[in-house]
Amino acid sequence: MKRSFSLNRHLVQRLGFTAITLMAVATVIPIVATVIYIFVQGLPAISLEFLAGFPREGMRAGGILPAIIGTLYLTIGTALFSVPLGIAAAIYLSEYAADTPLTRTIRIAIINLAGIPSVVYGLFGLGLFVLFLNFGTSILAASLTLSIMTLPVIISTAEESLRAVPQAFRTVSISLGATRWQTIRRIVLKEALPGILTGVILGLERAAGETAPILFTGAAFFLPQLPGSPFDATMALPYHLFVISTQVPEMPIQIQYGTALVLLVFVLTMNLIATVIRSRARAKRQW
Amino acid sequence: MEKSLNWSEFIITRLIKASGYSAILFVALIFFFLVREGVPTFGEVESTSLLNIRWYPIEDRFGILPLITGSIMVTFGAALIAVPFGIGTAIYISEIAPRWVREILKPLVELLGGLPSVVLGFLGILVLSPFLRVFLDLPTGLTAFTGSLLLGGIAVPTVVSVAEDALDAVPRAYREGAWALGATRWQTIWRVTLPAARSGVLTAIMLGVGRAIGETMAVMMVTGNAPILATQLGSLFSPVRTMTATIAAEMGEVASGSTHYHVLFFIGMVLFLISLGVNIAASSVVFRAKKRAERILS
Repeated sequence: MKRSFSLNRHLVQRLGFTAITLMAVATVIPIVATVIYIFVQGLPAISLEFLAGFPREGMRAGGILPAIIGTLYLTIGTALFSVPLGIAAAIYLSEYAADTPLTRTIRIAIINLAGIPSVVYGLFGLGLFVLFLNFGTSILAASLTLSIMTLPVIISTAEESLRAVPQAFRTVSISLGATRWQTIRRIVLKEALPGILTGVILGLERAAGETAPILFTGAAFFLPQLPGSPFDATMALPYHLFVISTQVPEMPIQIQYGTALVLLVFVLTMNLIATVIRSRARAKRQW
Repeated sequence: MEKSLNWSEFIITRLIKASGYSAILFVALIFFFLVREGVPTFGEVESTSLLNIRWYPIEDRFGILPLITGSIMVTFGAALIAVPFGIGTAIYISEIAPRWVREILKPLVELLGGLPSVVLGFLGILVLSPFLRVFLDLPTGLTAFTGSLLLGGIAVPTVVSVAEDALDAVPRAYREGAWALGATRWQTIWRVTLPAARSGVLTAIMLGVGRAIGETMAVMMVTGNAPILATQLGSLFSPVRTMTATIAAEMGEVASGSTHYHVLFFIGMVLFLISLGVNIAASSVVFRAKKRAERILS
């Protein structure tokens, strides 16, 4: 009796482990398959003309240069606003803020910012930046909208890596006569830099791939030339992929896959850089 | 010298403080602008017709019920996929997988979180929906079910990472105690580790669902965009239209200040309040769990 019970529970464990393992496999396989499939289907479309040319014949031929450049502009614009603001906010939370109701409110606000649907950011950007501040549908308005969306990612990862710096580092620096800000800038920030960088890149990666927030704040269906100022609208890779896969009839399939591949490579490269920085920093860390 | 140093330090400290408060400012600003553009809806559309079952803006029919049921149905389907697979994967990564497998799986799941939803929507149109149409013998592959499958995939990384953190945070002594009493690893997972991590796992589920409700592009591309009231389970296999997709699809074509424009902002307001509710609930679960843990450990 006892024996069968113990056999039983080991059998249950084996069945359970198999089921869980299969679930994990079923989760991961589509991810890998998606990436490989887009590479295989998209690679034949890639040529110099495709990467460095302008769209022709109603976007059914030619290249996607304006969309690539546009996404670069938007990513850089987003970084300009969200990186300094996000890191400063993280410094405040990790180095200055005491555990008061106000601090808790800030944390709840950050959690909420992270949860707001991307299309609602688009509405907000339209209401505040495009119409109220009169920036028009522009790179500026879209970048500002994306920045606020990116902020919670940057703040929470930066705060985490600032907090991971041992307290003793700060104590020693202060005891040697450094001021609080000197300690933060030369000791804490320096030690936390790889972690902060990882968070920044992951945040910007998300911004680069987003479509909904730029739909009504800065994305253009088609532009014959590159944007000349921050007040111009711009084409962007994710929006372009949306347009050519749903709005343009008789779109050659190869151009669609090619565009998807370029966007994927853009995002994967950022992801890879972040992963490398993180694992290197982990290997080097001595505390 | 000393004095100028103090001055710059003073200014920098102020700037850092101001940045710290900025998150509150942004949430308030977002809410303010949604209300400012959304609330005029009540003056222009009667609340009874807002709760109507027909969404047909050209004829001034602004019933948002079909959009709400569309969102609920797609999200519910997504949760049915994302919750078991997300938590299963989290258990595998945190409790079962050997170290080297873990080192491969974690970045892969993170990668899925980073894939632009428009790319998934694109594959949804070209690969998933034709497959489903043939496989399930449907008139169209662009259905709520297709949206649920994609959304499930999009919500999985959120569920995995939050649930895995929660499982990881369970002290090792809990597991060792269970093993010492003769429990198998499987029994330990089910009866000790998971219950100990339940508040974190609950948070993971809530955040995953929140992510699914708010997703826009992939859903808009594969659900067929038909604002039809879903009344039965079978509607899962017909086209629907979610709240997010409606905003994204129609905002570009409306005149700012029109009734249609105000109603779209009103829908945005509803979405904002839903995500606010989900996130406050999720963080209060974590907060209470922390308090309980402190009580036990002290």
